[in-house]
Amino acid sequence: MRHRLLPRPLLSLGIFLVWALITNAASLALLVLGGVLALVVPQLTAPFWPEPPRLVRPLAALRLLAVFACDIVTANWRVARQVIGPLHRLSPAFVEVPLELRDPFVATLLASVVSLTPGTVAIDVDRSNWILLVHALDAPDPRALIDEIRERYERPLREIFAC
Amino acid sequence: MSPPKETVVAALIVLGALFVFLGSVGLARLPDFLTRLHGPTKATTIGVGAILLASAIFFSGSESTAVSLHELAILLFLFITAPITAHLLAKAALHRQVRRDDLTDGGTPTADDADAAERQVAQPSSPRGPDGGRERANDEAGQQDR
Amino acid sequence: MLNAALEIAFVLIAAAQALNLYRLLRGPDLCDRILALDTLGISAIALLVLFGIRSASTAYFEAALLLALLGFVGTVALCKFLLRGDIIE
Repeated sequence: MRHRLLPRPLLSLGIFLVWALITNAASLALLVLGGVLALVVPQLTAPFWPEPPRLVRPLAALRLLAVFACDIVTANWRVARQVIGPLHRLSPAFVEVPLELRDPFVATLLASVVSLTPGTVAIDVDRSNWILLVHALDAPDPRALIDEIRERYERPLREIFAC
Repeated sequence: MSPPKETVVAALIVLGALFVFLGSVGLARLPDFLTRLHGPTKATTIGVGAILLASAIFFSGSESTAVSLHELAILLFLFITAPITAHLLAKAALHRQVRRDDLTDGGTPTADDADAAERQVAQPSSPRGPDGGRERANDEAGQQDR
Repeated sequence: MLNAALEIAFVLIAAAQALNLYRLLRGPDLCDRILALDTLGISAIALLVLFGIRSASTAYFEAALLLALLGFVGTVALCKFLLRGDIIE
């Protein structure tokens, strides 16, 4: 019964939180309306959602989020320095990162994380060979970049979603 | 407003504006499109992020609202959309580069760029699964290659 | 102090927008122009939020949110046009 009422608990939670955010949770009535939306919208959109992988280890997800936040700040600092520094010292490169994960949703998450971290943009996920094509602003050593992406982001993601 | 809070808000505002500025410097200065992509999509996201955070702190605790977090909705939205924008722009750029080999008339395209552009074309020719339509850009690059 | 910070921020973001405008006008490729437009939109969000802080009014929040939404949809539409429109022609 609970399953039928809440087909996607995380989606419901997300909708409720975003509703609370954009209305600034100004009154109880708005919160109740948010709760109704959180119940109704997943029901209505259930046929459109692909089967998502299950979130197995929420704590590891929080840890990855913390690592990610730190990386955004440090890498932003680095890119900011590179942008105002001498440009000829940069060595932009395409890097192919072979992936071990085999789930489209998790691959999308990984690509988004890579894109949000300054200095790297995920350009393509090749889903027949599972290769992530990354463009790096400054990658004198592509091998190190591949290892960093795989160790820092891919492995935690695989742990979190058990795939 | 209490002095420590004002200091934090002021620092975040200046920091954010600085990163927005540096992102645009990157956009104006870097030599070719794919490197330009790195400037704004990143620095701007954290720059606007810092300013939104400053706004959230500023409006929290004022007499009308106890906690003001709706700025975080914009922040969340920007963090979700920035990678998609970057991804689509990179795809569009490579796609156009395949069509016209001379993409840049001011910058210096590297050999890597051309390699990857070719690889974009080469990919669809590998045996495609039943869900062949999923990477439309690749498919179209393939069609155009024929 | 807050006012001084706001002044500095306005100047920096105005300079940023001038640089974006330079890239928008110069190109050379359509992709560069789209990227410049997108960046212009995002820095406009920053400006709106700063205006909101300066006038201590939350009325600017909705405008900033709308700008974020429309900027994203516009950029995606333009990219899609580049990816598909060229092929059909």
